[in-house]
Amino acid sequence: MPGLNEISLRPGAPDQYWLLLPIVLLPALGALVNGLFGSRLKRDTIHTLACAMVFTSFALSVVAFLQLAALPHEARHLTYRAYEWFTVTLPAAFGSAQDYRIPIDVAFRLDPLAATMLLVVTGVGSLIHLYSTGYMAHDESPGRFFSYMNLFTFAMLVLVLGESLPVMFVGWEGVGLCSYLLIGFWFDKDENAKAGMKAFIVNRIGDLGFLVGIFLLALSLGVLSFPEMEQVAAHAPTQLTKPAFDLSFSLFGWDIAWRPAIATIAAICLFVGAAGKSAQLPLYVWLPDAMAGPTPVSALIHAATMVTAGVYMVARMHFLFVLTASGMAVVAVTGALTAVFAATIALTQNDIKKVLAYSTVSQLGYMFVAVGVGAHVTGVFHVVTHAFFKACLFLGAGSVIVAMHHRQDIREMGGLKALMPRTRWTFLAATLAIAGFPFTSGFFSKDAILWHALARDSGRYGILPPILLTLLLAGAALTAFYMFRLYFLVFGGESRADEDTLAHIKESPSSMTLPLVVLGALSIAAGLLNPEALHALGLNVPLTFEGWLAPGIEEGVPAVGIAEMRKPFELPLVGASSVIALAAMGFAWIWYRRGPSAEAERLAARVPGLYALVLDKWRIDELYEATIVRSLRWLARAGHEAIDKLLIDGIMVHGVAGAVNLTGRVVRLVQTGRVQVYAMAMALGTLGILYKLAVPSTDFEARVDGRSVTVNAAEGAGYEYRWDFDGDGRWDTQFGAERRAEHRYRKAGRHEVRLEVRNAFTRSVGEHEVVVRPGRRRR
Amino acid sequence: MITLGHYLVLSVAIFTVGTIGFVVRRNLLVVLMSIELQLNAVNLALVAANRFHPASHAGQVTAFFIIAIAAAEAAVGLAIVVSFFRLRHTVRTDEADRMRH
Repeated sequence: MPGLNEISLRPGAPDQYWLLLPIVLLPALGALVNGLFGSRLKRDTIHTLACAMVFTSFALSVVAFLQLAALPHEARHLTYRAYEWFTVTLPAAFGSAQDYRIPIDVAFRLDPLAATMLLVVTGVGSLIHLYSTGYMAHDESPGRFFSYMNLFTFAMLVLVLGESLPVMFVGWEGVGLCSYLLIGFWFDKDENAKAGMKAFIVNRIGDLGFLVGIFLLALSLGVLSFPEMEQVAAHAPTQLTKPAFDLSFSLFGWDIAWRPAIATIAAICLFVGAAGKSAQLPLYVWLPDAMAGPTPVSALIHAATMVTAGVYMVARMHFLFVLTASGMAVVAVTGALTAVFAATIALTQNDIKKVLAYSTVSQLGYMFVAVGVGAHVTGVFHVVTHAFFKACLFLGAGSVIVAMHHRQDIREMGGLKALMPRTRWTFLAATLAIAGFPFTSGFFSKDAILWHALARDSGRYGILPPILLTLLLAGAALTAFYMFRLYFLVFGGESRADEDTLAHIKESPSSMTLPLVVLGALSIAAGLLNPEALHALGLNVPLTFEGWLAPGIEEGVPAVGIAEMRKPFELPLVGASSVIALAAMGFAWIWYRRGPSAEAERLAARVPGLYALVLDKWRIDELYEATIVRSLRWLARAGHEAIDKLLIDGIMVHGVAGAVNLTGRVVRLVQTGRVQVYAMAMALGTLGILYKLAVPSTDFEARVDGRSVTVNAAEGAGYEYRWDFDGDGRWDTQFGAERRAEHRYRKAGRHEVRLEVRNAFTRSVGEHEVVVRPGRRRR
Repeated sequence: MITLGHYLVLSVAIFTVGTIGFVVRRNLLVVLMSIELQLNAVNLALVAANRFHPASHAGQVTAFFIIAIAAAEAAVGLAIVVSFFRLRHTVRTDEADRMRH
């Protein structure tokens, strides 16, 4: 096995690419100014500042992107190393010979993958900032809102551009914090504050997995920056593929062997983190509740950018995931199950934002299937198209919500297509995209995921591709159905709003509709960046996106290839997914084009138990409440009783106070308040001191050491000492103030030591003791 | 011949009378008088010692200080007795326990 030092891990001083610094720091500056002085600034100033920062960042990102694209593709990475943060020193472990020193630098790195996310984050972020100036126009604390939004952009850019896992983790936690702050932005309503806490706590569970994964990689690789880890994975994959531990044992004659590779454990740990941030089973529960935040927040954080961070991280760590077939299978299966599961819940929801939230969870599942089968480019492409159409959907929903006076129940809407034409057309465009209407962006990206789920050669799990494909096709049908149910219930048919509301419905201002138009256009057209499905039709269009990303991601590591034997299925699959999507849309049109459907109600009435279960989101929240939350509460209560109440309150506080109190009560008995009792005590005390001074006392200890004895007499005020060491009655020393004396005996045997002590009043007292000098030892 | 020892025995006797009086009598005025007895017993011991060891007159000087302090103490003590009498209409020491918790 090659040692770590044989691989060039730390390239020489890299050329600093300064442009990354303002891209990252401008939003932070905006957050700082708006956060500190927002309450004193005028609303327009706040809006201008926040938008200017993000727009400038976006413009600089475009410049950086162009400069990156101008490089030859094997040199497409630009780094800015800000400063050395700290160095971790790890003892030799996991079979390595020497200690590791892992320098953690605050460094930003732009490569095609990061550049793609950078453009999405700053681009969509800019549009949503612009939209927010309209949506939040009447909010009471615009400074706080835009400060959080800018802070989120900053943290997301740190996450995307971070050169190493620790720096990425800083951004990861930063976006989590901003998510919490923005979900609970209207914290005066209790449920909003609770939703924020729920998001934060569920994310902590995932982050624990992420942290464990980082530690495991630090221990087994000795490096944490992405290019260095990729080098180790490429040149010394045994560092990652050797077993992390060996659990082999015999049970009733069955030999059970479990030796998971380090890569498998690390990949699953990292995926737990990704599942928390990207709302996958079983940690998805926070995302629907996160809709308590303002709608632009839902669009930016909980649809377009932050929740895709998990997918981005898995794509970033592709070199780790491709080394572990079982780790990838976990990712893909979790993604597929989430995609279908969330889609079933979305079928029955009546809150416009809840439908979109479950659809986000479902779409994130598609992305995880893609990165889980090794089609990282396809997964990231769906991240991009999803950012466009889901941001458009949420912003459209926000526009509707404003018009409906902050009512979100789709049963009270309907008939908005004539009243809000721009919102309607852009919403329709995005709905077509997410439903997979042929040749929209969502069609291309989702179809590519379906195709890769089937075609990628997923190692030893040969049965997996058909299962994944079945789940994803079912999810696609459900998606098309519930999205058009939503569209028809909101925009189609007759209005079901009360007259007062109906009279005030009007199209939103242009600051809100302009982003909608841009995003709606992108939802339709962005698919042309990577129209893989057209290849199946025999059209040889360039795959721009794949040409941009694939060299960095799918070269240099043992990628998971496309199985040749499944090639003939590509064209039928395109046809099948189109037909399924169109059929589901048609079904939704038949049922819902005139508003709430009687057929759907009859169907629900036929299986009331199942309908109630799905309407209650499969009661997963209640399940967690009954198992995890309640047991944690029990633990907390036990700790409260045992530690807080008993130990701290009972013993350390009340116990100490009680002891002092009791002592006080006893001692108080002495304090009679009669001056003559005190005088008596004083007189007696004086007498005692006088007695001690007048009458000497004595004590000494003798220590025999070979031939000599050392004596040491007790101390006293004004005492003088004299010694007789041999008990013959003659004093061997004169009176002197020295307490210590030493004497050598000529003969072995018993000797009596006598001491006389004289005090200042010339009273004296004697003391004696017998010591034994040992004889010469016989050789 | 009268030696220093005779003086000291007298001094100790007077001091003991003063101490016992201070501890057992309940009349504040008598208590103050007992204190004066104690101070004068000490003064007697000091001047007697000065008489037999006159080198630096330290005994005499200290005695003068004690006389001065005794005067001040008597003034303060009597003032306290007067204000205490105004408060409680008595000069008995066992009534003087208002400072007790």
